Amino acid sequence: MKNDAAPIRVMMTKLGLDGHDRGVKIVARVLRDAGIDVIYAGLHRSPEEVVTAAIQEDVDVLGVSLLSGAHMPLFGKVLDLLREKNALHITVVGGGLMPDEDVAKLKEMGVADIMRQDSTPEQIVATIRRVVAERSDA
Amino acid sequence: MAKVAPMDLVAGVLKGETVPIARLLSCAEAADDASRPALARIFEHTGKAHVVGITGVPGSGKSTLTAVLAEEFANSGRKVGIIAVDPSSPFSGGSILGDRIRMADIAMNPNVFIRSMATRGAMGGLSRGCLDAVDILDAAGFDLILIETVGVGQDEIEIVQAAHTVIVASAPGLGDEIQAIKAGVLEIADIHIVTKCDRSDSNQTIRELKGMLKMGDLTKFIEGWEPKVIGTSSLRREGIAELAAAIDGHRSYLETSGEIVARRRKISETRMLKIAESLIRKRFYEERLGSISELCGQMERKMIAPDAAARQLLARINGE
Repeated sequence: MKNDAAPIRVMMTKLGLDGHDRGVKIVARVLRDAGIDVIYAGLHRSPEEVVTAAIQEDVDVLGVSLLSGAHMPLFGKVLDLLREKNALHITVVGGGLMPDEDVAKLKEMGVADIMRQDSTPEQIVATIRRVVAERSDA
Repeated sequence: MAKVAPMDLVAGVLKGETVPIARLLSCAEAADDASRPALARIFEHTGKAHVVGITGVPGSGKSTLTAVLAEEFANSGRKVGIIAVDPSSPFSGGSILGDRIRMADIAMNPNVFIRSMATRGAMGGLSRGCLDAVDILDAAGFDLILIETVGVGQDEIEIVQAAHTVIVASAPGLGDEIQAIKAGVLEIADIHIVTKCDRSDSNQTIRELKGMLKMGDLTKFIEGWEPKVIGTSSLRREGIAELAAAIDGHRSYLETSGEIVARRRKISETRMLKIAESLIRKRFYEERLGSISELCGQMERKMIAPDAAARQLLARINGE
């Protein structure tokens, strides 16, 4: 569905009580410089707000940054809402600090990928492009 | 997820369903040939919505004003679609679309639909595909469509050729009378807003703006619409009901005076010409790359003037 004329659309946001937004802003900038349209939805969002916005914006990827430790319940809620609203065409990608065993579980739950603090800008861009390519061909 | 053909989204759009609306908006933005028949079908169902353009310099408070205005209309039971345009990077083509952050309070309102669009190199404050997006929201049953342009400077006035009512937002403390007397963006307003009226210097801005308007061509307004100047504070929700009433008033004026016919004609003309322009541009690049490079070379060697080169390029295309 994506052609050269249509840049990838990514929504970047932070969920819940987590004000550490330096990382999410740097990632937004990195993606912009890679030719991607980034919709920045801001801080302290609830899963309902984020899913509603992602559907209206018809983003390819919903990127959620979480450094608060509440990733398990919050990602679960986001995935449930996407399912409920018939919007599983939106791919969820996570970023932040989380333990290995949680990353494995989140991937099982349906998060396409998790990028942690050691991800380079190049890896982040490549990951976004890869998950979108996988989605489009499905 | 299976691919969805644009035509299969039309029925859902006409019923006002969110997911099909959002997905067809992406097709409009991509502007690929595959979505043309669906957009043509949508076009047949347009013409009911009132389209309001909101423009002004960067930082003048357009996004916040758009949000509180949408809330005002939505609370009275009307459905409001918002198209918020932000700039694309001229270097990477990417963008950071941040208007939504200022609209958080209305994001969950069931009567409001917000869509961010990037300019993608389009000039004049709108985005490519913006008017197709207006069509989709119109056909989906939104009563009002608010287009928030990118922060524009002094003569990017394309919004006039896209909206029924044009609002220009000015903020206090950004310039003096001479800024306002210059030609351009101030002349296009049906309604002037002075935002941030919780600030103490806002009265002066309102006074100066009213003064500048009085200096203008008064005869123009004798029978027509006299542009209003309204002070608003999005922070304190002041002046917003007055603005909503002024928009409805302008709409009634357009309809009773017959001016709406002229505006619609202008919108039709602009849309058609813009598309024709982009088709010609595409043809130049697809079929005439050799000619372009050859004529550029001649220009750089001063063998041909820019005007003559352009005419030759056109002649070569027409000569096919």
